[in-house]
Amino acid sequence: MNNVFVYCEMEGTHVADVSLELLTKGRKLANELGCQLEAICAGSDLTDVEKQVLPYGVDRVHVFDAPGLFPYTSLPHSSILVNLFKQEKPQICLMGATVIGRDLGPRVSSALTSGLTADCTQLEIGSHEDKKAGITYENLLYQIRPAFGGNIVATIINPEHRPQMATVREGVMKKEILDENYQGEVIRHDVAKFVPETDYVVKVIDRHVEKAKHNLKGAPIVIAGGYGMGSKEGFDMLFELAKELHAEVGASRAAVDAGFCDHDRQIGQTGVTVHPKLYIACGISGQIQHIAGMQDAGIIISVNNDENAPINAIADYVINGTVEEVIPKMIKYYKKNSK
Amino acid sequence: MSLKIVVLAKQVPDTRCVGKDAMNADGTINRSALPAIFNPEDLNALEQALRLKDAHPGSTVTMLTMGPGRAAEIIREGLYRGADNGCLLTDRAFAGADTLATSYALATAIRKIGEYDIIVGGRQAIDGDTAQVGPQVAEKLGLPQITYVEEIQEVKDGRIRVKRHIDGGVETVEGPLPIVLTVNGSAAPCRPRNAKLVQKYKRAMGAQEKAALTAECNPHALKEIPYAYLYEQRPYLNITEWSVADVNGDTKQCGLSGSPTKVKKIENIIFQAKESKTITGSDADVENLIVELLANHTIG
Repeated sequence: MNNVFVYCEMEGTHVADVSLELLTKGRKLANELGCQLEAICAGSDLTDVEKQVLPYGVDRVHVFDAPGLFPYTSLPHSSILVNLFKQEKPQICLMGATVIGRDLGPRVSSALTSGLTADCTQLEIGSHEDKKAGITYENLLYQIRPAFGGNIVATIINPEHRPQMATVREGVMKKEILDENYQGEVIRHDVAKFVPETDYVVKVIDRHVEKAKHNLKGAPIVIAGGYGMGSKEGFDMLFELAKELHAEVGASRAAVDAGFCDHDRQIGQTGVTVHPKLYIACGISGQIQHIAGMQDAGIIISVNNDENAPINAIADYVINGTVEEVIPKMIKYYKKNSK
Repeated sequence: MSLKIVVLAKQVPDTRCVGKDAMNADGTINRSALPAIFNPEDLNALEQALRLKDAHPGSTVTMLTMGPGRAAEIIREGLYRGADNGCLLTDRAFAGADTLATSYALATAIRKIGEYDIIVGGRQAIDGDTAQVGPQVAEKLGLPQITYVEEIQEVKDGRIRVKRHIDGGVETVEGPLPIVLTVNGSAAPCRPRNAKLVQKYKRAMGAQEKAALTAECNPHALKEIPYAYLYEQRPYLNITEWSVADVNGDTKQCGLSGSPTKVKKIENIIFQAKESKTITGSDADVENLIVELLANHTIG
């Protein structure tokens, strides 16, 4: 009762990174609240799955292992969460802001009439005073996220409804093993008691998952282009510089929306979060949603012909010039000086 | 088989073209500075609905939106492209709704529409980016859902097959009708307005829009509604408006009171300024920077 739950997303028999990151965050929240951390793993062939999650400080693992639970479909997984939460009454439930988490979370929150905040960039515990009603709520989950196209940062709370649900993108929280030998209880549930047969109505008939074409998340150097790159061809210049520097190329949402770059390279709140040692922002103005995905970079260089671009405020170096002028020079002088 | 399709669409402020006057001095949003547009992914959803109508003669496409009187624009834009009718959920009691209260309201309206095989909307709206309303509507109606749809491939014998986007790949899935779908922005773009349909529907208005035309508080108020006689002759020019009462809604579950999430705090964005070094794009400056980065092993 009243614990912190993390829904662990399964790719085959493997727990997704984003879920392990949330277990790490969930452990910290549970410590602050003085409650336990519980994990839910639902899929097929999940023998020993607890070994992947317990080291993150999980006190109880709920395993749901049945043939129809992988690949993920909405209804069976929703039924598992809804029915389990009716029994267990968690205070907080976290899940990845992935295709699966963003499909499952709203459905579960609707069934339980609980609030859900999507794509949080920070989670904190705090209190709230409702002056009108004269009530003070202690130990609420502050769900913090950029909103309104990134022009504001909103702190969302759910004072009256439980669980307080939030989704978080991969890479936003850090995963950290607490103790390789952490002891927790493993509960193997009878799936049929949670999921009616009628839930298995949507069938996955074909599935292609490819390993990511790039390693943007783990790249030590990231070169990102914005709307200021002007075209798909403009991005070719960035790929050329990236090849020289052994870097990965990312993009702002504006550049992705304009078709300059593939969607999977989008950096920011609704894309990938990166932690490189060097971040070169080219023609990026720097909306908060973009900043949310790269602010932890070690050194930030901004190439922009607008002196007042917001991103310049957090940059270590500002190169005041057009990308067409500066990028070729960077390539040229890198080649000249690196040998 | 002919299909009954409901398209969920939202009028949103265009958060992609936020200018310097978008924020008021007190940190609130200056909505009047942002143009109101048809949520982009809802247009992708509309296109999928219209393609189904093309492929299945006799099908109907109904637009459903929630918002103030001026959101009737969304219905008109749908009619211009081939939708058959539409209705606007509009009531002060709906205001301040979070995703849950919004999906409650939409679900009551869909029940009132009564017949539906496919309910389709955009994956998410650009003012909130939550992607929650589609799945929540599905849950409220007790229907299955398929999110992140790229393309509807086939509807046959009461089943639908779609291609959908998943993390790092694609899936083909099949489900029974009726069903709720949400469509990705990477799906086929929406067809343009059809000139004949624009001619047919350009005077279509909701009751609130008509009232606003002659309202005393409007500095450009007209004495009477132009071509007022048309609205009786051509009933399709009257855009249906539904209130909470019209859809038998429970006001407690609507708007602010039906919203479990509350906004505790809004902060305007102020970046913490770092000490930064500004250089020009000259050859010498760029070369010096590269040399410096090489020397401290940031690159190379």
